[in-house]
Amino acid sequence: MKLRTRTTIFAYLFMAPALVMLVLFVFLPIAGSIPLVFYDYSMIGDVEFIGLDNFRRALSDGTFHIAIVNTITFVAVVPVIQLCSIALASLVNQKLKGIVFFRTLFYVPVITSMVAVSIIWSFLFDSHGIINTWLMEWGLTNQPLGFVNSSKTAMICIMFITLWQGLGYYMMLYLAGLQSIPAEIEEAARTDGASALQVFFRIKVPMLKPYIWFCSLNSVISAVAIFDPIFVMTQGGPNNSTMVINYYSYIRAFKDFEFGYSATLGLVQAVITGLLSVVVFVYGKRNGGMTYDNAR
Amino acid sequence: MTTPAETMSVPGVSSPSATRANRRPRRAGRVSMPRRRRPAKVVARRGLSMTLTYIALLAVAIVAAGPFLWMTITAFKSGQNIYDPSIKISQLTVANFVGVWEFLNIPAYLGNTVVITVGSIVIDVVLASLCAYPLACMRFPGRDVIMVLLIAAMIIPAAAGMVINYLTLSTLHLLNTLVGVILPGSLKVFSIVLLRQAYLGVPRDLIEAARIDGASELLIWRKIMMPSIMPAISTVVIFDFIGRWNEFLWPIIVLQDPAKYPLAAALQYLNGSFNYKFGYIAAGTVISIVPVLIIFIIFQKNYINAVAGAVKA
Repeated sequence: MKLRTRTTIFAYLFMAPALVMLVLFVFLPIAGSIPLVFYDYSMIGDVEFIGLDNFRRALSDGTFHIAIVNTITFVAVVPVIQLCSIALASLVNQKLKGIVFFRTLFYVPVITSMVAVSIIWSFLFDSHGIINTWLMEWGLTNQPLGFVNSSKTAMICIMFITLWQGLGYYMMLYLAGLQSIPAEIEEAARTDGASALQVFFRIKVPMLKPYIWFCSLNSVISAVAIFDPIFVMTQGGPNNSTMVINYYSYIRAFKDFEFGYSATLGLVQAVITGLLSVVVFVYGKRNGGMTYDNAR
Repeated sequence: MTTPAETMSVPGVSSPSATRANRRPRRAGRVSMPRRRRPAKVVARRGLSMTLTYIALLAVAIVAAGPFLWMTITAFKSGQNIYDPSIKISQLTVANFVGVWEFLNIPAYLGNTVVITVGSIVIDVVLASLCAYPLACMRFPGRDVIMVLLIAAMIIPAAAGMVINYLTLSTLHLLNTLVGVILPGSLKVFSIVLLRQAYLGVPRDLIEAARIDGASELLIWRKIMMPSIMPAISTVVIFDFIGRWNEFLWPIIVLQDPAKYPLAAALQYLNGSFNYKFGYIAAGTVISIVPVLIIFIIFQKNYINAVAGAVKA
């Protein structure tokens, strides 16, 4: 009994600093932001209980409605990222000279800060930038295309950059998945006369399913939280065409210091994230994903 | 970027498939069967498909690395014609690097970034490795509850607590300080879980033997456990380094004084305010990327294994 008490004391002494940090900066903040939605809480003026007023305001807030639509539109990039990274993973899952070099090279965008990535691409997309210059030289267009400066294409550009940066990350995960498929299965299928495409669609894709659902779930969660490229490249513009919920609630909190209203918008964002995750999860579960037993 | 895997899953650092992912693939044709001579047609087709593969790899490489290459070349060009799409450098110059270094006080921004990054890494490694030890190696009441809470905290996005963290720092008078940037995000639940897995892999006999010899828990942790989990700690260090070096949202929220910005935030500042000095922006961006690139190249094996291992929950 005495030893047990001693162990318990030691255990909690070891954990104490970490637990204090987590309570202070993780658990309390999350718990504390929930009541915030019922208050008019700004840095200036009194804290006032306003009940559901923040929600009423959100219902009639046009910019917020645009942000919701844009956020959901942006999530459409998820399947594209997954398809491209599976293709890329199969490409680098070959026994070739220098393949490790290529894998590493494709991973470099992942470790680069989104600020740097956004800056590079905003100059590539510029009306005097390299892409427009080439397009005009090759006679594909007479005048420079707007890209990020046009409300029609700005969101597509943000999606493209997200794809460009995320590709390497998911490629690595799918590569791990592909390499966990036993070589004998593929060999057996090939002996039975299956073509490379048949092996891919009938054997590899089904065996990748757990990875596909895992990656899709991650991808959806981070897509709803898209922020950095919007901040650096478009600030939600032009004409609110890239205004997304996460960026809008950031503006409300840290530009206008309307913490209560921002928390309300954040709650809506959390609900959307939760709903989309449940959709992916349930759909994945029904289609044989999400169980990792068959992943090996 | 916060890698989604950090929030989503328990990594198996040493899971067999993770290491397999990065091991040099077995050579084709040497597996089992004795070598047969292949018909010329098959050889030709293999040659063609290999050529096509390399063309595809090169195409992706151009898309993936091209922008960086262009940025680097531009950084070395003289000021007149930065939008010149040719990648030829007629006159190589380091004027942009010198310019941005002095004009923007890059050493100061680098200093801020290093303080934030190193501070976070130290806090994360020390607190997470302390906290993970009893969770892996001791039995005590409340252990399961704490584990469940930790896993729950991994799933909830950090953004959810941002406003309250801001208000907490304001109460503690830590707004506009580097300590305020470091504190809230430094300890990662992901690191605790990752290190706990690593501790679980240390042979129990080693601990038992030390206990019988009368070593104190602190001594056991310092002399036996810590050295045994070094690979996992190095993974934590790389994750933290890349995450913190690239972070910019939280620093710009906490810091009002741009002189205290880390490099990533300063770049954004540079981009907004000095649009005409494009060569400077290019040079600054290159300077900001190089340290992460070096760390990544040194530790890439650890890092990629950890990312790949993260799927196995």
